[in-house]
Amino acid sequence: MTFSVLIQTEDFDVSREVQTLRSAKADIGAVCVFVGTVRDRNDGDKVSTLELEHYPGMTEKSIEQMLNAAKARFDIISAKVIHRVGILYPLDQIVMVAVTSAHRGQSFQACEFLMDYLKTQAPFWKKETGPNGSHWVDARISDDQALARWGIEANNASPQS
Amino acid sequence: MKVTLRFFSSLREQLGLSVQEHDTLALNVAQLRAELMHLNPKYDQALASGKAIRVAVNHEVCDDNALLSEGCEVAFFPPVTGG
Repeated sequence: MTFSVLIQTEDFDVSREVQTLRSAKADIGAVCVFVGTVRDRNDGDKVSTLELEHYPGMTEKSIEQMLNAAKARFDIISAKVIHRVGILYPLDQIVMVAVTSAHRGQSFQACEFLMDYLKTQAPFWKKETGPNGSHWVDARISDDQALARWGIEANNASPQS
Repeated sequence: MKVTLRFFSSLREQLGLSVQEHDTLALNVAQLRAELMHLNPKYDQALASGKAIRVAVNHEVCDDNALLSEGCEVAFFPPVTGG
C-alpha cells in the first residue's frame, strides 16, 4: 500500500514503518516523519491519562481523503498515517504521519499539511484525566489557522454549529 | 423514513446514547435536529442551537441543509480534537 491509514489501539514502531515505506523504492530520496506524543501537562493541568475516541468508518475515509489531497498537491511517493485510539498515558505515541518524496521539500510540506488537516478534519476526540477529574479537550482556533495557511478554510473550533 | 443516529464524545455522554435507529419525518439535517429536540428534553439540551455541534451524513461532514435519505447515518459530535 503506497498510501494507507491505520487506526489501532496498539503502539507502532516508527523505524519499521519507515523501512516498509522505503522498501525497494530507489526513487525515494527523502522521508519525513511526524510523531505526536502524550504530554503530562496540558494548559498547565497535570494529565494522567488521555482517552481517544473516534468514529469508525468515517475516520479512515476522512484520512484517505486527506492523503488524496496531499497526493494531488505535492510531489510525493508514498505516505502512511497511524492514529491510536483508546486509553493512552504520558510518553505514549499517539499519531504518526510519514511521507516520502524524491527531495526533502515536498515530504516536509506534505507531512505538515497532513497533520494540519488531521487536527481539524478527522473525527477523533480527546478526553483528559488528571487530579481534578476528566474533561473533553476543546478544539483550538490555532489549528484552524494552521490549515488556513494552505488555503483551506476550517471552522472546526468555531463556537457556532 | 428510517435513519441511524450516532453520537460521539461529550454528546454521547450527555445523552447516554451512542447509536439509535430513528423514524423521522425530517427531510434535512436542520429538520431532524428540531424534531429530536422536540421529542425529548435530553436532546433539547444536548442539541440546543448556539452549541458547537458538527453533523455528518453518511460519513461526510455537512451543514444544516444537507438532505437525508432512507437508511442514512446521521452523526452529531462536538469539534474534533485528534492528532
